[in-house]
Amino acid sequence: MNRIELQYVLPQVFADRSFVDSGIWHCRVVFEKGKKYLVEAASGTGKSSLCSFVYGYRKDYQGIISFDGQNIRSFSTAQWTHLRIRSLSLLFQELRLFPELTAWENVQLKNRLTGGFQSKKTLDEWFLQLSIDDKKDQCIGKMSFGQQQRVAFIRALCQPFDFLFLDEPISHLDGANAAVMASILTAEADRQGAGIVVTSIGNHLPLAYDEVLHT
Amino acid sequence: MVWKLLRHHLSIPQLTGFFLANWVGMVIVLLSMQFYYDVLPVFTQGDSFIKKDFLIVSKKVSTLGTFVGKSSTFSEADCEELREQPFTKSVGAFLPARFRVSASLGIQGMNLATDMFFESVPDRFVDIRLDKWQFHPGEEEIPIIIPRSYLNLYNFGFAQSRHLPQVSEGVMGMMNLDVLLRGNGQAGRMKGHIVGFSNRLNTLLVPEAFLQWANATYGSGEEVRPSRLIVEVNNPTDDRIARYFRQKGYDTEGDKLDAGKTTWFLKLIVGIVLSVGLLISLLSFYILMLSIYLLLQKNTTKLENLLLMGYSPARVSFPYQCLTILLNAVVLVLSLGVVVVVRDYYLFAIGQMFPDLQGGMPWLAVVLGTVLSFFVTGMNCWIIRRRINRI
Repeated sequence: MNRIELQYVLPQVFADRSFVDSGIWHCRVVFEKGKKYLVEAASGTGKSSLCSFVYGYRKDYQGIISFDGQNIRSFSTAQWTHLRIRSLSLLFQELRLFPELTAWENVQLKNRLTGGFQSKKTLDEWFLQLSIDDKKDQCIGKMSFGQQQRVAFIRALCQPFDFLFLDEPISHLDGANAAVMASILTAEADRQGAGIVVTSIGNHLPLAYDEVLHT
Repeated sequence: MVWKLLRHHLSIPQLTGFFLANWVGMVIVLLSMQFYYDVLPVFTQGDSFIKKDFLIVSKKVSTLGTFVGKSSTFSEADCEELREQPFTKSVGAFLPARFRVSASLGIQGMNLATDMFFESVPDRFVDIRLDKWQFHPGEEEIPIIIPRSYLNLYNFGFAQSRHLPQVSEGVMGMMNLDVLLRGNGQAGRMKGHIVGFSNRLNTLLVPEAFLQWANATYGSGEEVRPSRLIVEVNNPTDDRIARYFRQKGYDTEGDKLDAGKTTWFLKLIVGIVLSVGLLISLLSFYILMLSIYLLLQKNTTKLENLLLMGYSPARVSFPYQCLTILLNAVVLVLSLGVVVVVRDYYLFAIGQMFPDLQGGMPWLAVVLGTVLSFFVTGMNCWIIRRRINRI
């Protein structure tokens, strides 16, 4: 997948507004593979909605979202399943980790699904770099949100992707961890030649962005 | 790992409830069907060699008739009139032997000898394979059909009181009777060979050809009129038959009606038991579905997250489907186990009375149980899949 295009997309909740001034909503936006985008705005302007529309689990919008020219409304469950394993990854704002599993099991749950896309060595290294290697065997439910965010980040990288969406990835991280995350992300995205879309409410991931959009 | 995640909220009491209910239901369904199948032959073991819809007609023997010497035989005119009735298909006469017959049978060194009589009906009323039901003058062997009650009389009366072995129909068929024929100043020895048993014909039946030959050889030569007729009818429940017979003062014999009633009650009882079993099975199916729905409901967030991670609905349904397949399989195996054990008990009890009953594997229960189990499991799996697809 090389291109994600939004044509006059508007969340249904905004439909009764008489005026929309946005760099995302109700205009043409193109995300291209290999480029890095920052979507910046105050909360409540629909950043997470954007992620859920593109990831295919909410359909309450007007307009057209297309992958390589194909309207995603017509995708079947099987197509979505395939996309979520092979082409599209999302770091959810609410993380969607499993609290009864350990950090390591949460990551493996995804890594096994993609046939062990990341080696154990790489994963060990990332846990170490993000300073959560001592939390590997701890249940997610007992970890702080910042630690959980880093686990969810590693999980999001356990698959091949053309585009990676990160929904407020560093909301609970300090500057040092954010920098580590940025370097891992850059290395991985460059290796795969993938596009990156990061949303932020101000405190944003330090990357060399090609384009900054405001909603 | 998916299983580790999804087995949370699994309710053991609910599954145990389903398990027991399904087990009870399955056992009742399978056992009642198997019982019906096993026991039915006892009631309907029949006169397969006699055409189905026939009646045996005789004239009433009255006290007055005995004194005044009134004949209870059928004249040619009687036969003709009966033949012309709308319900009649064909009429045959019982031909009695006009000579003396005695037969003896040796069992374990004991010799049982008795005076007997022979009768025959036209061969077209006998359905036995023709090569068995034949006689040519000069042959030594006579095929005979005897009443089943004779065998029962021996098995349950005679054999038990004298500690003799009980004899099945198969064994009886392999034995030979020594038959002595006397009359007209002559005597002859022949071998009797039992080829069938009858519940309804209260006589010793031999081929017509034999009786014609024997009557000519040993008989007194006088013309004999039949005292009983065999009538093949279109429909034995036709009420015109009863009316006609009453008007003419004829008697019919045979327990066809009684056997029919017993079979009907057996069917009714098995039907009731079967419905109860099916109802329990249905309820247990409902319990399982409710339990799984509840489980899915409690795990909705997890399931949703798994689906969002890229797990396919099939893969997410799989653990639950495995669970139901496993449960249903265990229920099936245990039910069949119970059926085998209980069946052994009742077959033993029935076998005391009817030695001919077949044992072996309860194939009906196995096949029926497997089909039922497959159906229920299939339904379960389909419903689970549908439910997950809707998340």
